[in-house]
Formats: sequence, C-alpha cells, structure tokens
Amino acid sequence: MATFRQSVELTIPALRRYARALTRDADIADDLVQDTLVRALRSEHLFLGGDVRSWMYTILTNLNRNRLRSLARRPAMSSLEDNDAPDASGPEAGARDIQRALASLVEDQRHALLLVVLEGLSYREVADVQGVPIGTVMSRLARARAQIKNFLDGERPTLRRVK
Amino acid sequence: MIDRETPVTEEELHAYVDGELPADRREAVGAWLAANPEQAALVAAWRAQADSIRARYGDVVNEPVPERLHLDQIIRNDITHSRTRGRTWAAMATAAALVAFIAGGGVGWYARAVTTTAPAVFDRFTAEALDAYKLYVVEVRHPVEVPGSEVAHLRQWLSRRVGHELNIPDLQSLGLKLVGGRLLPGPTGAAAFYMYEGPTGERFTIYCGKAGGPETALHFKSAEPFASFTWVDDKVGYVVSGPADRARLEAVTKVVYEQVDKTAEKKG
Repeated sequence: MATFRQSVELTIPALRRYARALTRDADIADDLVQDTLVRALRSEHLFLGGDVRSWMYTILTNLNRNRLRSLARRPAMSSLEDNDAPDASGPEAGARDIQRALASLVEDQRHALLLVVLEGLSYREVADVQGVPIGTVMSRLARARAQIKNFLDGERPTLRRVK
Repeated sequence: MIDRETPVTEEELHAYVDGELPADRREAVGAWLAANPEQAALVAAWRAQADSIRARYGDVVNEPVPERLHLDQIIRNDITHSRTRGRTWAAMATAAALVAFIAGGGVGWYARAVTTTAPAVFDRFTAEALDAYKLYVVEVRHPVEVPGSEVAHLRQWLSRRVGHELNIPDLQSLGLKLVGGRLLPGPTGAAAFYMYEGPTGERFTIYCGKAGGPETALHFKSAEPFASFTWVDDKVGYVVSGPADRARLEAVTKVVYEQVDKTAEKKG
C-alpha cells in the first residue's frame, strides 16, 4: 500500500500542470504547488483516507483563490507575455490566444474548466473540490466556454488588424 | 434503446463533450447533432478549446520536478523555518486523536481545515528531535551518556534536569532494548533523550521535554530515511523517531504513548 507521502508525491506533476494553466506563469505556479505541498504535509493528521488527488486539488484551488484575493488589493499587473504578440498566426499564436482567453475568465470558472478539461476530473469531483453543487459546476463550465468562444471569435481579427 | 424524443439541452451538450452522459443518451445526442449543424459547430468549438488548453499545458507533467518541490526539501524547509501564519492548531484531545489516527478507519477528509498549522515551538521540537536522532543513531561507541542497565538512575537524573517526572517506556514487547539516554538542549529547556535498539540494529529514539503549548494531536513528520511522531500531552512534548517505516513507527509510538499516559493517570 502506498504511504500518504508517496500518494502526495505522485500528484506533483499534475498539480504543476493545473497551477501553470491557472497562473500562466511558471514561477508563480510552482510557488503555489510548494505552498500546497507544505499545507498537505502539515495537515496529514487531518487526512483520514479518501482520494489524495482530490484533496491536493482542493488545497491548491483554495490557495489560488486566497492568492488572487491578496493580489486584488494591489494595482493590476498585466503580464508582458499577454500583450506581446509579434506573430498572430500559426500554432504559437493559438497557444497564446488560449492563454489570454483563460486569463479573461472569472477565477471560479477557470478552476472548473481546467479541472475538467485539463485534469480530467468528473463533475462530481470538481463539485467536491469547489465545495458547490454539481449544477453550479456545470453553469461555471458553460459560462467559461461561452466566454472563451467570445474572446477567441472577437480577438483574432483585432490582432490581425494590429499587425 | 436510443431516446430520440427528449429535447437536447445545453447542459447535455457540455456533458456530451466531457464524457459525462450515459451511453444511451450519448448516442441520442450524437444523432441529434448530426441534424443540427449549428449546435454541432458549438460542440466542435468547445472541443477545440479543450484541445488548445491541453496542447498548451499538457506537457508540464513531463517536465522534471524542480528541487524545491521535492518532498524532502519541503519538509526540511518547513521544519527549520517554521512559518507563523494561520495558527489554528486543533487542540484535539490527544487520546481521541490517537485512537482515530492509529485505527485509521475513518473515511473522508476535512478540506475546510487544511490551513491548520502547527505552532512554531512544536515544529522546532520535532526538528531538534530529528537532529538528535540523526546525530546519535549512527554513533556506535557512545550513543548514550547513561546506559540502559542503569535505568533507575537515568530516570531520576533526567526527571530532575527536565523538571518533570518522567517515565522511561519499556519497549521489550516490540523487541526493542533500551540502549540508554542522555540530556540534550531543547527549544524550551533541557530535554531527555532515550535510545532503543532492535535485534537487527534498527534504532528508535524518544525525545521529550517541557513544551508549554496546548495538548496536540499526533503529528507525523517524514524526513526520509527517518520519520517521527510528535505530540504534546500534559505540557510535555514527545517525539518518537525512527526509520521511515511508518507502520513500524506507529506501532512503537502507540506503546510509548500508552506507557506515558499510564504514568499521568497514576499521578492524577
């Protein structure tokens, strides 16, 4: 049987992926994962079984929400990467577009969408991670997809015109 | 049978994309989409979004994990630079917590309490105990100051220096013989340190001293290849350290805990 520690260790690559997509910044993402691991190991006595992976996603999601709350009190920062678009075609541009589209989402919607499409969690699992009913997860998902579609439909021509 | 009558909702389209529909409904929605190109285009757009997200971030899992995210590193940093935020250490009754912990039967977990952190003294206590373990466990000729054969003297001496009536647990039932003990500096004063040895040379240590803090639950700390269980009971902190075989360490801790507890009852 895997120990708690081993189970935690196995989640690290996926946590990094989730955090990277959430923050769109490799360093901030790894900070978030680091804090998540510290919390998880300190709270081991509270873990009485169940799915370690969901538990880790829950901690990371909560910490990310706290992080954004504290950022909201500071002046808004725009990432250089977000504004710098030298080439608006090809797969590179597609990757940048999806990155900017994700950035345009409300945090809870971004959590829900990424947990489903990137991390492969079921609606039920996402509901547990976010601490909301499944219906709420589904409406977050629907709004996230509509927003991304609007963003991509509206944004691409603008970019081309700028170039 | 495929249900072609029930109208398809937008919720179902999302569930269709995410593989959350039951098989029969899945087929029905697929057939419906074939006849509704506008909705089919929407579904295709959502799938393309998901593909872009996976194409952009999917590879992160293949990157080597940076050193600062290695659990050894995290544990080391957390013990030595104990952070001070979020102090809501659950002062659970030690006995109850231990039973729940050792029994390990419970289901579920308490996500709402994950911000709980141990007080700094508690962390320092564990860190000092693990350091002492690492320092003396490799010592062949002088692992202790007073040998286990003089257990009465050892108990009297350490109790006086620590300032608390100590009991030196007997771990013979686990095949562990008392090697002896020594006095060590601790985060809040003098600390007593006992060492036990098994037939195969495995060594366990108990580190205890006045902790001052409130009673705590049992806390497991792994610093491969070692690990420890720490708790505070009756203002005295205890740290049982040994090789990182958790099941074995838990068994040792349970016996230590019971004997320490018995002493407290006798006194009360």
